[in-house]
Amino acid sequence: MNAEQLLSGFKPTPVDLMGVNDRIIRIKSRSIKTHAKNQGLSMVLSMIDLTTLEGADTPNKVRQLCYKAMHPQDQLKGVPSVAAVCVYPTLVKTAKDALKGSDVKVAAVSTYFPSGQSTLENKLLETQFAIDEGADEIDMVISRREFLQGNYEYVLYEILEVKSLCSANNVRLKVILETGEIGSLDEVRKASDIALLAHPDFIKTSTGKIGQAANMQVTLVMLQAIWDHYQKTGVQVGMKPAGGISDAKTALHYLVMVKEVLGQEWLSNKWFRFGASRLANDVLMQMAKQESGIYQAPQYFSKD
Amino acid sequence: MEEWNLSLAPENAAHVQLKKKYELFINGEFQKPFSNKYFETVNPATEQAIALVAEANEKDVDQAMKAAAEAYKPWSKLSGAERGKYIYRIARMIQEKSREFAVIESLDGGKPIRESRDIDIPLAAAHFFYYAGWADKLEYAFPMRKPQSLGVAAQIIPWNFPLLMAAWKIAPALACGNTVVLKPAETTPLTALKLAEVIQEAGLPQGVVNIITGAGKTGAEMCAHPIPNKLAFTGSTEVGKLVYKAALSGNKKVTLELGGKAADIIFDDAPIDATIEGIINGIYFNQGHVCCAGSRLFVQETVYEEILVKLKKRMNTLIVGDPMDKNTDIGAINSKEQLDVINRYLKIGRAEGAEIYQPNCKMPELGNWCPPTLFTNVAQSNRISQEEIFGPVLAIQTFRTIEEVIDKANNTPFGLSAGVWTDKGSKIFQLTKALKAGVIWANTFNKFDPTSPFGGYKESGFGREGGVHGLDAYLKFD
Repeated sequence: MNAEQLLSGFKPTPVDLMGVNDRIIRIKSRSIKTHAKNQGLSMVLSMIDLTTLEGADTPNKVRQLCYKAMHPQDQLKGVPSVAAVCVYPTLVKTAKDALKGSDVKVAAVSTYFPSGQSTLENKLLETQFAIDEGADEIDMVISRREFLQGNYEYVLYEILEVKSLCSANNVRLKVILETGEIGSLDEVRKASDIALLAHPDFIKTSTGKIGQAANMQVTLVMLQAIWDHYQKTGVQVGMKPAGGISDAKTALHYLVMVKEVLGQEWLSNKWFRFGASRLANDVLMQMAKQESGIYQAPQYFSKD
Repeated sequence: MEEWNLSLAPENAAHVQLKKKYELFINGEFQKPFSNKYFETVNPATEQAIALVAEANEKDVDQAMKAAAEAYKPWSKLSGAERGKYIYRIARMIQEKSREFAVIESLDGGKPIRESRDIDIPLAAAHFFYYAGWADKLEYAFPMRKPQSLGVAAQIIPWNFPLLMAAWKIAPALACGNTVVLKPAETTPLTALKLAEVIQEAGLPQGVVNIITGAGKTGAEMCAHPIPNKLAFTGSTEVGKLVYKAALSGNKKVTLELGGKAADIIFDDAPIDATIEGIINGIYFNQGHVCCAGSRLFVQETVYEEILVKLKKRMNTLIVGDPMDKNTDIGAINSKEQLDVINRYLKIGRAEGAEIYQPNCKMPELGNWCPPTLFTNVAQSNRISQEEIFGPVLAIQTFRTIEEVIDKANNTPFGLSAGVWTDKGSKIFQLTKALKAGVIWANTFNKFDPTSPFGGYKESGFGREGGVHGLDAYLKFD
């Protein structure tokens, strides 16, 4: 079906901030201790998309990040590797080579990330390039320019085009809504519902390039949209909050949210990711504490 | 991958200081009862006795009333600012001891530690803070009306929010210059007795607050006593009627906060996920031992299926069990007697042809437990949709039009609270004007604040507690 057909009969689903906050209060009051904490920390680490998206990125910087992705902390026993390394398309090949032989995936941001201000033709060319370089996953941005003008059909059309390119190459697709730019939670829900019509592999909150990144409110609304979509179609879609999640305790509460809103089936890095650069070390610090009983200073954990 | 489940997270109770035996708090001292009788207060989650508590007889009641009357003379002459200082001090001390209060509340009453820690105790402190602020501003609350204190207030409170109800009663009474004899419920006396220790430590003048313990008979003695000028009661409608009779025959001022059977109304344009959370908070908060609980759910037929699927899913995430575990959502039913009442209604509901749903949750062997429950296929004429159950039991009906639901919602002897869920503002106002209930929440439920008046219509009682209205109940005017 094309965008027009998919959107016929589309009805926005209202969201209420009070209700969202009430639910989050309950989620944050969950106390995660002992075995649940160990298991949770390990899951969080395995769900991280370790990210570097700077104009200053060089092949050496990316290679260092890749080593960290495969060996977050060799001094600790039983530490999993992270889910993926997330880079610009021009650095995909470097990352792919550096990660050879590991399970760590290479994700490439694409479609003129972070602004998305270009033609569809250019966006598809860039995506094709990233795929050709060896990307396992594509993180695309929606066109906020069109979304904010109410041109939902075009927004969906773009996603469908990128999706079909990814599917043809067996590459997984994440759709970034950049929730900090689209307004209220009602709009976040609307953008989620539109993106879900294209059956992407993930929907994702943010680019991490503007002030307002992922938070629990936005993530809850997107998880609820994923659940409703799953009920209607039976198609499972994953979730990736990105940016702004830097401590292990908060990350564990995100897992509680996933477990209670979607269920155990979403609790693996196939269906849930954290887009983060600082989170990994806080998780490692907590893991070390769980093992030894004492907190270590930050200098014992490698930065890259 | 191994399923991820929460591990045990027990609250530490080692810091709590409890006596083995509690006396009556009269005239600033803990004293032995004339009755020489004591009763056990039991932890409903373990069925173990926590402490012995004195049973006040008529002589004890008489002594407490006389102490309050004696204390009234200097207390009522104290300036408002001075009274306020004492009340502020009590508020601060409740905050300082909040962890201890929370643990005792959960041990004695069975409510989850999350609720006593995050809701009961902070709100109790907030009530004292709020009314402390009014103590020296009564003339501004009622300009040109010369507010004056009443005298002695006899106050009887229920077992569902023990410390919070004590705060609702004591704080405005003191702020208005009255003295108090308060009786907590016989199943949950411990936080009120802890409050007595705080009041003693705060140096409140002797006899201004007296806290006596006992069951219904003690309460009846309090109401029949000639001294109190005011009776304040929160509890069942049945007992409320007796209190009202006593107040009339003794020419006493009275406020009653009684039962409820609130309608929680969901329109098809409502934010559905938010309503699910609201329904859960409305009926499963405090094991459903809430007079304003949203126990009658009305769902517009067009969204009935969706609501039911989501509600059941959310119910399956609720954790029932040890009130002292930080992850517990639904704790122990307050007493064996109340559990019997709830179970009787579950039987009635089934016999009436309603369909019961309970999630498959593990519950401890010892103690009083009831899983979150909902009934579908319920008729307006069923007893489960007419009578107050006071447990975690929801009765769901459907409706087609706004007129129909207003009619059904008001078709009850109660009128304490109601909830409305819709994304359309005009519909909210249409309903709030038409519903006969003292408190109506829009797109939320069971939200409490000391600044907001609370109270009911019809058999849910009269008089308001909280806010400026709450002062009115403890004052007379020229």
